[in-house]
Amino acid sequence: MNRIDDVAALRDAYDLAVVGAGPAGLAAAATASELGLSVLLADENPTPGGQIYRSVTTTPIQRRAVLGEDYWAGQAVVDRCERSSADYAARTTVWTVGRTELVAGGEGFEVGVSAGGQARLVDARRVILATGALERPMPIPGWTLPGVMTAGAAQIALKSSGLVPEGRVVLAGCGPLLYLLASQLEAAGANIVAVLDTSDRRHALAAAAAVPDFLRSPYLAKGLRLVLNVRRKLRFRGGVTGLRAEGDGRVQRVVVERGAARETLACDMLLLHQGVIPNPNMTSAVGCEQAWDDEQRCWTPRLDAWFGASVPGIAIAGDGAGIGGAESAALRGEVAALDAAHRIGRIDEAERDRRAAPVRSALQKSMRGRRFLDLMYRPAPAFLAPQDPSTIVCRCEEVTAGQLRETTRRLGVQGPNQMKTFLRCGMGPCQGRLCGSTVTEIIAEVRGVSPAEVGAYRLRPPVKPITLGELANLPKTDAAIKAVCR
Amino acid sequence: MFRPMLDPGAPAGAPLRFTFDGVVMTARAGDTVAAALLANGVAVNRETPVSGAPRGAYCMMGVCFECLVVIDGVGNRQGCLVPLEDGMRIETQHGARQAEFREGIEA
Amino acid sequence: MSLTTPQSEPDVVVIGGGLVGGAMAYGLARAGARVCVLDEGDLALRASRGNFALVWVQSKGMGMPEYAAWSKRSADAWHELAALLRDETAIDVAHSQPGGFTLCLSDAELQQRVDGMTRLHNQINMVEYGYEVLDHAETKRRLPDIGKDVAGSIYSPIDGHVNSLRLFRALHEALQRRGSDYRPNCAVEAITPENGGFRITGPWGEIRAPKVVLAAGLGNARLAPMVGLDAPVRPSKGQVIVTEKTAPFLHNPMVTVRQTDEGGVMIGDSQEDLGFDTVVTQPIISLMAERAVRMFPRLAGLNVVRTWSALRVMSPDGFPIYEQSTAHPGAFVTTCHSGVTLAANHVLTLAPAILAGALPDVVAPFNARRFNVPAHA
Repeated sequence: MNRIDDVAALRDAYDLAVVGAGPAGLAAAATASELGLSVLLADENPTPGGQIYRSVTTTPIQRRAVLGEDYWAGQAVVDRCERSSADYAARTTVWTVGRTELVAGGEGFEVGVSAGGQARLVDARRVILATGALERPMPIPGWTLPGVMTAGAAQIALKSSGLVPEGRVVLAGCGPLLYLLASQLEAAGANIVAVLDTSDRRHALAAAAAVPDFLRSPYLAKGLRLVLNVRRKLRFRGGVTGLRAEGDGRVQRVVVERGAARETLACDMLLLHQGVIPNPNMTSAVGCEQAWDDEQRCWTPRLDAWFGASVPGIAIAGDGAGIGGAESAALRGEVAALDAAHRIGRIDEAERDRRAAPVRSALQKSMRGRRFLDLMYRPAPAFLAPQDPSTIVCRCEEVTAGQLRETTRRLGVQGPNQMKTFLRCGMGPCQGRLCGSTVTEIIAEVRGVSPAEVGAYRLRPPVKPITLGELANLPKTDAAIKAVCR
Repeated sequence: MFRPMLDPGAPAGAPLRFTFDGVVMTARAGDTVAAALLANGVAVNRETPVSGAPRGAYCMMGVCFECLVVIDGVGNRQGCLVPLEDGMRIETQHGARQAEFREGIEA
Repeated sequence: MSLTTPQSEPDVVVIGGGLVGGAMAYGLARAGARVCVLDEGDLALRASRGNFALVWVQSKGMGMPEYAAWSKRSADAWHELAALLRDETAIDVAHSQPGGFTLCLSDAELQQRVDGMTRLHNQINMVEYGYEVLDHAETKRRLPDIGKDVAGSIYSPIDGHVNSLRLFRALHEALQRRGSDYRPNCAVEAITPENGGFRITGPWGEIRAPKVVLAAGLGNARLAPMVGLDAPVRPSKGQVIVTEKTAPFLHNPMVTVRQTDEGGVMIGDSQEDLGFDTVVTQPIISLMAERAVRMFPRLAGLNVVRTWSALRVMSPDGFPIYEQSTAHPGAFVTTCHSGVTLAANHVLTLAPAILAGALPDVVAPFNARRFNVPAHA
């Protein structure tokens, strides 16, 4: 692939624009490019791999066992894309994707990119959004204290810089990634003083029905090994029902509740994690419809069998389409790219289907057992909608759970958009990424309805920061002049 | 906050020098600004514009906007997305950023 | 709040819970009425959530000087409204009246504005208020951060702004404190005049009241004929940009640029006639950004946090519609595209008059009969 650092060096138009260079985006770009499409792969990080394969080509970590073979599998995904002729724009944000009629031969999209302080619009006939997942917010009292980070953040520091948290480290939350990170950090030499598991034990029963599938899944051996490793080597405490981070200016201790029991653990770092959810911002801002997934407890885009979204011409692949993990992300990227190649006329329908068949069967295999994990590690309600009224939910605007509950009740707020107006939650620079799911959960709880009925923040471009100066330098139209200079 | 993993095989390039609030620090080439600060024990990189509360890097993947710092005079930069460069002048982001004048715009 | 709790029949039902409906309902409640507000849900069109938050007078009223007077009256009364809301709800809506500027980016633009102001103020019966035409140097003296492209400006000390989101919340908070019955998710399907009052129905059920106030924004076009009124309003799309919070540097509001009390800089305001389309379009926000940066070059480095578009509620001549039904007295229509500027009038003048049963003479010119269409369309 051709690494392009200057947006001015990009072509004016591509057959396909892929947003995000994690496994899904890399596989999509490689597949489409191999089939002869002109492809732009844009990603905001300095190197390809996304978060799961973060820095796989540049990591300073040499001991392979620290990060595990699943991580190093990313090298092959990157390599394949490296061999392709796709244009790869690193450190480039995509801040908007809009429909346009400017592209010769029909409708397409205008993709707003920005790098190094320069913004530009590039045309694309089709778009694959591979913007991935983010860690589900885990708001507990004190989670805004310095020294409290997501487990994923510590993992990124480890992968990309070979950094290990210093001092006494506590991990808290639930889900396979928490155990994976505990193992990785332990192997890297971190002093993990406790792993606090907040899994709701009642979910084990619900998950039981999904066990047979799980037993035949690739997750089983890996997962069991991880959990056993963590339980054997680390101070593991299950059944945690409440958490509070405390400290003067930074985290110094965590107060742990397990039912009626309460203990205080001194610590220097607290790493939180309770699963991952699709990052909704780009898909939603582009206008793709979403639906509430009760098992994964998050919004996922409505997609057809080729991962096509409700906006014709846009497909969504990878964890942004619903959580499935790295392996399935790459496979989904491939399927979406095959369809893009077909729609653009590079391959006929039969060819598309023929090529997709083995990918689909691998995909099915890679997703086996997923449901068990989803059900087993669905976060406990107290960690989805924090009960302590002082808990900050919107970190940017510093809006608390108490304010959200009271405003829902007192002012009859039905959903997050009216709430945003009243309390400014979701209006800060993170654009609701760190509070969206919690605000919906709290309103749903107070109203006594499903989050599906409450809805989500309505999002608008720019999805990523762009300066007014950059925006000012983009092309204008006569219609715009008429509308603005009255 | 963080320390480099003890990995004898790790390539040791020349470290980059930068300042944080005037203090000279060094970090590995290839680190982001946020990682470089963590590796130097910096827990707090900004104070919020709402209450002035101290904050540090939280997600390290461009999502949370907690790692905002002033880099070479430009406020509210996401430290986790900016690769460290030799000689960078990094400062705590105190509250709301200044709408600074930039060279060339008024020319 | 609850739909299942039997409520005694309210004195007035206000249809619409935005800034106009909220202000009318609050004014009615303040005047002693038992009020029920019927509102839509989370994703209604809601001009109230997308407006620019100016309390603006200087350019208004060409073709209808009474509108200039009505706007000025509200701007004058705004101090009282802000104080009332602070007393009742402890919410500071950040109202200020430091005077507003219209910045012009060329001599031609400035001349056009000057001519407009001259024509406006030459109208017979035009309300009097001061304004000044300033050249670049004088504008720069008052607004040191302006760029070299600013040819000049028009300044009027009467203009101001508020935090309109807090105004929105304060109105709802005040309603709640006064025990009004706010019912979300109650879109209205039909209003039936009955026994000298009104029966209002929707999928949620029905409610009766002797008076009904239509404050449903663009929804008024559909509802008004049900009670013998006319509200030929149409959507007018406006797009807005807001930046990240920045240290305070802009005290006065401009007609297209203002810094909020929270620090963000808002940039407006386009006007397009595209029906109910609310897509944000790049060429328009780019042009708005370019003009803002030319006005204040220091804005160039600020990050944009959000853009949005909202639909103004526009009558054929752009002026409000206030009218009581002659066929069915007790039914009132209130609609305008300046729900912020006019909020003080709505709370302090219009609502008490509606409760008393007759609209004041001062709003007589805003009768929909001016559109020369039959009232019973």
